[in-house]
Amino acid sequence: MEGRSRREEVCPQLLDLIPQNREWLVNRDKERSHGSSEEKKLELRLGPPGQDWPLKENNRERDESLLSLGYFSPMASGAHNTTNISNSGNQGSVLSFSPWSSSGKFQQQQGKAPTTTFLQSLPVAKEGSQPCCPTKVVDLHSVEKKASSPATTPSPAPAPAANTAVPNSSQKRTAPAPVVGWPPIRSFRKNLASTSSSSKPSTESQSYIQNKIMREKKPLETTRKGLFVKINMDGVPIGRKVDLKAFDSYEKLSSAVDELFSGLIEAQRDSSAGGIQNNQEEEKAITGLLDGSGEYTLVYEDNEGDRMLVGDVPWHMFVSTVKRLRVLKSSELSALSPFSSKQDQMRLDSSLK
Amino acid sequence: MLRMASSFPEEVLEHVFSFIQSDTDRNAISMVCKSWYEIERWCRRRIFVGNCYAVSPGMVIRRFPEVRSIELKGKPHFADFNLVPEGWGGYVSPWIVAMATAYPWLEEIRLKRMVIMDESLELIAKSFKNFKVLVLSSCEGFSTDGLAAIAAHCRNLRELDLQESEVEDLSGHWLSHFPDTYTSLVSLNISCLVSEVSFSSLERLVARCPNLRSLRLNRAVPLERLANLLLRAPQLAELGTGVYQAELRPDVYSNLAGALLGCKELKSLSGFWDAVPAYLPAVYSVCPGLTTLNLSYAAIQSQDLIKLLSQCQNLQRLWVLDYIEDDGLDALAASCKDLRELRVFPSDPFGAEPNVSLTERGLVSVSEGCPKLQSVLYFCRQMSNNALMTIARNKPNFTCFRLCIIEPRTPDYVTNQPLDAGFGAIVEHCKDLRRLSVSGLLTDRAFEYIGTYAKKLEMLSLAFAGDSDLGLHHVLSGCDNLRKLEIRDCPFGDKALLANAAKLETMRSLWMSSCMVSYGACKLLGQKMPRLNVEVIDEREPPATRSESSPVEKLYIYRSVAGPRHDMPDFVWTMDKHSALRLS
Repeated sequence: MEGRSRREEVCPQLLDLIPQNREWLVNRDKERSHGSSEEKKLELRLGPPGQDWPLKENNRERDESLLSLGYFSPMASGAHNTTNISNSGNQGSVLSFSPWSSSGKFQQQQGKAPTTTFLQSLPVAKEGSQPCCPTKVVDLHSVEKKASSPATTPSPAPAPAANTAVPNSSQKRTAPAPVVGWPPIRSFRKNLASTSSSSKPSTESQSYIQNKIMREKKPLETTRKGLFVKINMDGVPIGRKVDLKAFDSYEKLSSAVDELFSGLIEAQRDSSAGGIQNNQEEEKAITGLLDGSGEYTLVYEDNEGDRMLVGDVPWHMFVSTVKRLRVLKSSELSALSPFSSKQDQMRLDSSLK
Repeated sequence: MLRMASSFPEEVLEHVFSFIQSDTDRNAISMVCKSWYEIERWCRRRIFVGNCYAVSPGMVIRRFPEVRSIELKGKPHFADFNLVPEGWGGYVSPWIVAMATAYPWLEEIRLKRMVIMDESLELIAKSFKNFKVLVLSSCEGFSTDGLAAIAAHCRNLRELDLQESEVEDLSGHWLSHFPDTYTSLVSLNISCLVSEVSFSSLERLVARCPNLRSLRLNRAVPLERLANLLLRAPQLAELGTGVYQAELRPDVYSNLAGALLGCKELKSLSGFWDAVPAYLPAVYSVCPGLTTLNLSYAAIQSQDLIKLLSQCQNLQRLWVLDYIEDDGLDALAASCKDLRELRVFPSDPFGAEPNVSLTERGLVSVSEGCPKLQSVLYFCRQMSNNALMTIARNKPNFTCFRLCIIEPRTPDYVTNQPLDAGFGAIVEHCKDLRRLSVSGLLTDRAFEYIGTYAKKLEMLSLAFAGDSDLGLHHVLSGCDNLRKLEIRDCPFGDKALLANAAKLETMRSLWMSSCMVSYGACKLLGQKMPRLNVEVIDEREPPATRSESSPVEKLYIYRSVAGPRHDMPDFVWTMDKHSALRLS
């Protein structure tokens, strides 16, 4: 095809977004009203970026459409254009910040592309279509006829996407990176899977399945970003959040809790009582969170809604079941101790009746 | 005709208008002439605001002074899947404050995806003398203390629905704040609460409300206690059980079965957390009357589900986990001929390998066997164009078709082709399609089909699809009725967006995350389209610190007559005509 030199010429044109788009829109509508025969040609022209953009006749139409539908002044788009070009030097860093890194796939494709970084990093640049631009155009040609009446004769999928399918399917074999929000399931449904797995015996196949959920789901959910849980403290009206991924032991968690709340406690004491001995008291208070020796004890609510003492189970098990943390006054904890399991609490509740 | 209409006394027109419920009809009426506009605005009792930032409370109150019922929506739909950062917005407080003085006779508030604080709940409890309905759907920010205020003060409350809200559970005793004289409850949904409610309060409440029709409990309510509740409310039409698991004891089973036998009017069952098969036959007696069954929390295996579903011949709506498998869906197709809606959720969405035998076959089977099926949400791991085309031919009356193939960009597993033709067939045959979610490997051609055929489509969700701007352009230029478009991880960028800038004003909102829209294009759009709020969301750093051509992380665009909002957190930037000055 006309190849690289043509495409590079075109790049500044591509950046001149607005007139291009006006032309695109208007042409499309015009052609649609004329009938669909023209549409195919148009689509071809639009398919790969930079393929046919600066055709003479299109330029003329573009200007007309700009006049008739000018939402955007050419001045503005011109300015836009130049800033883009001047910024093109930074493109490497832009690429590395690309949101595609979350899915992995696009970046990989771009990384493989042998073309200039300038072209790749244009905001309008399309992944996939660029490295394989020529083949794609050919494919579009060859298939155009077949696909032109897909509605009336729903044939097996048209061929043009075969070339896009290839890189994708080859990548599919590698394990998929976890993606936030995918599959699109509400978080309470995710929790459901993990909790039902821990509480439900049922058939053998099912428990196998559920064990699998436990094994596979947890790392997925927690590796990607921090594992933030809410933490509240008796007597402190404002809760905080802690990232459990930032710690690897109960001791570190304990000292983090101290950091989070000791200042607040101190402030409250100063305002209520005041005095120097309070400072010492406060320092004592936030230690001994784990063994019950201090004024406060750290407890948590697990994924079944039960309140548990922090420190009883191995750390990783704690991290995978904790829903929220609470710093309780140890004095109140002893009063609460019959509530340590849900069943007990309900029994008590009903006996209160 | 016009002369005749204008000769009617205002009272007559007002009476006529009062029979018109639909918002769109009401809007059309108000466009007829100035006097109709005036008459209509004074008799509008019910308001729906699909985006709380699209209009200000003051503007609504000025135009509609006599509102009794308001429904507001806040965050974008993708917030359901953690794509909207915490703290984004959607605060209802300005609305409640404004309405507290303007609408003393307000009776109903329905909120979706909004942040409502306890102070707002207290204000509601204090301000509206005849308050009847509070629906908080997928809301957050409040605690059981706020609910206690509602319980204590709203003497005429009929409906309290906390569907899928995230409630800070401070105490299970908020239910006891309903006064002993309070008897007007019709519907209570507390299924989202985590901790135990005070069971004695619940029992007394249920016993003294003769009109209670809908009761949806939370997981913490033990199965042993369900029978007692049901005996007190045999008139229930809708029941959500708590945990559906107990030690196997004949008396527990027989009490439950006996209590259910007394519930002659049950139409809907849900709950069933951790359900054990042994207790399922207890509900068989009510199955013939059921129209709605939500088993999406119940990890029940296929053969038990088949036994249960074979009892439910009048079922219209079924939500279920994929444990139902293809065999279960075959059975469903054979026995539930009245089925209108089916949702199949994944039990193991993050597993690399299928844990159940649920494929395209089950969906094909239901589409063949259930002639009234019109709404589908289906999670599976394999699909084929042939299956989609068969479904499309079987089911020309779909209004909602949401298919999620769990692994992104999965091609037709038979031919290894994109699923373009399959989804093309869906949009071509289902002329009434209003909502569509696509998944699997799709090229721009799929979007050409969507733009060409999906003329009534109102909401479209796209993920990991398409290959160029052309795809988005097809959708924006072709789908005439599109109101909401949400896109993630698609290679759509500036060209398609800017070329269809005017289209965005006809839509409620557009969400794009991990796409290829540049910061410069966002700025341009915000500057040139003053009635659009263009919000760039970036939790990493201000977009202005990067180049203009750098793609934005998340973009949310919506039309608004209220201008830019004022409650943005520091990771949201709005692109308006001043933003260029502010940011540079």
